[in-house]
Amino acid sequence: MLTPSQTVGPFLAIGLPWPDGPFVVPEGTPGAITITGLVIDGAGQSLPDAMVETWQADENGRFDHADDPRGAAKSGTEGFRGFGRSATDAEGWYRIVTVKPGPVPAPGGGLEAPHLDVSVFSRGLLDRVVTRIYFADEARANAADPVLASVDDSRRATLIADRSGQAGEYRFDIRLRGDRETVFFDV
Amino acid sequence: MIQPYERPAGVHPPLHFPDYRSTQLRAPAQKLVRLPHGLTEVTGPMHGSWPVTAADADLTTRHAGDPIGERIILTGRVLDSGGKPVPDTLVEIWQANAAGRYAHRVDDHPAPLDPNFDGAGRCLTDAEGRYRFVTIKPGAYPWGNHLNAWRPAHIHFSLFGRAFTQRLITQMYFPGDPLFSQDPIFNSVPDPKARERMISAFDLELTQPEWALGYRWDIVLRGREATVFEER
Repeated sequence: MLTPSQTVGPFLAIGLPWPDGPFVVPEGTPGAITITGLVIDGAGQSLPDAMVETWQADENGRFDHADDPRGAAKSGTEGFRGFGRSATDAEGWYRIVTVKPGPVPAPGGGLEAPHLDVSVFSRGLLDRVVTRIYFADEARANAADPVLASVDDSRRATLIADRSGQAGEYRFDIRLRGDRETVFFDV
Repeated sequence: MIQPYERPAGVHPPLHFPDYRSTQLRAPAQKLVRLPHGLTEVTGPMHGSWPVTAADADLTTRHAGDPIGERIILTGRVLDSGGKPVPDTLVEIWQANAAGRYAHRVDDHPAPLDPNFDGAGRCLTDAEGRYRFVTIKPGAYPWGNHLNAWRPAHIHFSLFGRAFTQRLITQMYFPGDPLFSQDPIFNSVPDPKARERMISAFDLELTQPEWALGYRWDIVLRGREATVFEER
């Protein structure tokens, strides 16, 4: 009896962006990081009409949510909300300001490495596509992560954000189709 | 123990749907990788920081004058597939005006903009999962997908539920629209019964005399696996 998904179409900018959408933590939070990148289609063009949303644990790997069997826990980071939303700009860039999450217990035992869950919406996507952002400077945790382990070796790098060269900034491009296509998950 | 969410088959449209041309360069070519539901998937943004005020639910009173068009009251409930209401969840809508024109710089449909209508609304569901908007009925509009392509009148809806897994963006349609048969977006939903679940119902009891027509539409999000199991 579920309600089916439909595309956001080309005009999501009317209804969805919030002024503080990209800020999982308030601007100026000590230790905050920026994750930025392009959303790119199968012809190599970046998308000016897409939206990226992120959801993540706090710096201790906890969620302020009753469905976490460990109990809801407030983040020690003032103003942390776990959720980020960024429409892409005219050149196709999205940008999220957050803190790096801690590792979280994996459903089958062990730990999931620090990660953000990501939804991508755009014209031409009849349903959201879902991926994850992991971090290149968490190599040891990544090596033990069961989700990364479930992904083909040759495609795993598409899930890992690299330092961009700017202080506190990571680069994570999302390639919807074709060359170096990002791994998308069936959730 | 994490209780996963159900994984419905055949409800949502396929990502690759050639009749809708924009899917051809944007739908992933590789197979999706199955993600077991962990803590990040069964949690989600819920409380506190939603940027919403009571005035955001009325799209007709935000400007100097009344917008042109049929005023409508649009209400319904947000439920999970076990029938449980989803309270205090953010519902966001956006839509074209009565002439079928979006207040967006990229929309070049030669229909008039309405200075009294911007087409965006938000509200939170109440304790029973109920949402309610006052707006105007959007018009149909042409698009370049195929020769003489027209979108049926629709309102875009964005829903969160209580978990990342439940996130849904969809479109609500109006009953009896003659444009359904030629619309690849509507028809991308494979099951005709599921398509009907995107169509609101006219409701005379909800209609307010001398003021506005009433439409009702419930939205059903994925439930927990066990909830569905118990129902069988």
